Amino acid sequence: MPEEITLSYDVRKDDFTRAGEASADVKLKLKQMGVNPEAVRKVAIAMYEGEINMVIHANGGKITVAISPEKIHMVLADVGPGIEDIEKAMQPGYSTAPEEIRNLGFGAGMGLPNMKKYTDYMHIDTEIGVGTTITMEVKI
Amino acid sequence: MMTIRDAMNCLGAECIVGEENLDKEVRSACGADMMSDVLAYSKDHSILLTGLCNPQVIRTAEMLDIVCLIFVRGKHPNEEMCEMAKERGLVILETGHRMFTACGILYEAGLNGGKV
Repeated sequence: MPEEITLSYDVRKDDFTRAGEASADVKLKLKQMGVNPEAVRKVAIAMYEGEINMVIHANGGKITVAISPEKIHMVLADVGPGIEDIEKAMQPGYSTAPEEIRNLGFGAGMGLPNMKKYTDYMHIDTEIGVGTTITMEVKI
Repeated sequence: MMTIRDAMNCLGAECIVGEENLDKEVRSACGADMMSDVLAYSKDHSILLTGLCNPQVIRTAEMLDIVCLIFVRGKHPNEEMCEMAKERGLVILETGHRMFTACGILYEAGLNGGKV
């Protein structure tokens, strides 16, 4: 494997049908690189939850994924409304998603808890009215 | 353990996509309408039963390496979803049974809920 590979994706707002394309692409690339299946699965789930959040809560954003021999480092940056209460948002089952999002199968209040659960490191940087940047890492 | 074909026959389900993959083996299943719950609790599942019918169901299956989707309550995937499923080698079955009944039938036939 080369030293480090960086992938970046633009996530478009309100494009629910395409939400998840970036995560699917990363999953495929990791698989092709021969990264162990458990790590691939963790990255796929954590990134997919983040990507969905960017589509439903924020106005889209940018995802950057750096793959090195030791870890997969993901940065998901949006220019959305920001998270009002991170502690609450981290509680399983707590959701601010509107009814129409729940009807789409999301907004169960498991997004951030799932991202935490499937990664080895997670940090949320958020400012109301400015945006949210979530950094996550999965060890290989 | 059973094949997707066995599961299809137990449910009297119809195969919408993936006829060629019906002999794949399946060990466990998960039933949910909230995809975040599937992502939270699904481990090593081969089948996802759901009454939710939109493209994110296909994506969720893709993320989790699920091989077969069973739409309950007669939900019918649209063309776009079928196309997505084909590209990913997924099987889509459709049954008129409600979630509880469909899960019960498969559980009784030997599928389990998988590791927690």
